[in-house]
Amino acid sequence: MRLAILDRGHSLGTRALFVLIRVASRQPVLDIIKLVKYRAEFYGTPMQRITQEAMRGPSAWSVADRELMAALVAKTNRCEWCTKAHTAVAEGAYRDGAIVSAVLSDFESATIEKPLRAILRMLCKLTREHALNADDMREVLAAGVSRDQIEDALAVCFSFNTIGRLADAFGFSLPGPKAFEAGAKYLLARGYR
Amino acid sequence: MSNITRAREALIARILEGDGKASRAQRLAAFDCTGSSEPVNTLTEKVVKQAWRVTDQDIAVAKASGLSEDQIFEIVVCAAIGQAVRQHDTALAALEAATKEE
Repeated sequence: MRLAILDRGHSLGTRALFVLIRVASRQPVLDIIKLVKYRAEFYGTPMQRITQEAMRGPSAWSVADRELMAALVAKTNRCEWCTKAHTAVAEGAYRDGAIVSAVLSDFESATIEKPLRAILRMLCKLTREHALNADDMREVLAAGVSRDQIEDALAVCFSFNTIGRLADAFGFSLPGPKAFEAGAKYLLARGYR
Repeated sequence: MSNITRAREALIARILEGDGKASRAQRLAAFDCTGSSEPVNTLTEKVVKQAWRVTDQDIAVAKASGLSEDQIFEIVVCAAIGQAVRQHDTALAALEAATKEE
């Protein structure tokens, strides 16, 4: 990481927690955990409340759908770290790696329902172009997506438009696939608290 | 449906109005991506527009300008959240416009 404080600036209690994580998971502590645990009252704690609600709160979208949205937003932002992390979570949630790969490769041709395709198209445009208009939203509504579902998807997009920028700006280290798999299992079991 | 409205307000209030190592003016300028002097301006613009292009050198230059790591941490966090908020608000306004006419 580009800031030493994010690697080594944590309190004694947090460093002890990191030891437990390393022992229990047999993997290095992911940089996202180091980020949210550094001066957690400034960013980590208030942000985790948003991400938990967006990714695990009540929604007509499944957890798998929301993780897929996160991975696609990350990919659109060219954030390799978040793309790999949330691809792993989406694969675990769907129990189907092929559909996740197909969507991330080309969601327009992937075998998915029309509402999901419409919401993914909208999220990509928002992330890529930083703007949307009423016509974009009418297209999504016409595809059978409810207003509530759109707001839920925008909450996911908000979270990952924030987190991806931080991962790239702070220079998160890319761990091996087993570390992302361990992280995915944790997120599916415990959420983002 | 999920509801992040209050949690989003709390996050923004914390990073902009709470205590910090960077001044409130510095954090607000980063959040708005406007009015920062160099080299912070270049760093925040990259975070906002092309975060994948931020380099070790960008951070090193910010440090060499006299900013502490904690100040850089806060400035980058504010820049990232500011852009995510603008995108979110734009999308919610578009949704409101689309549903108002129904």
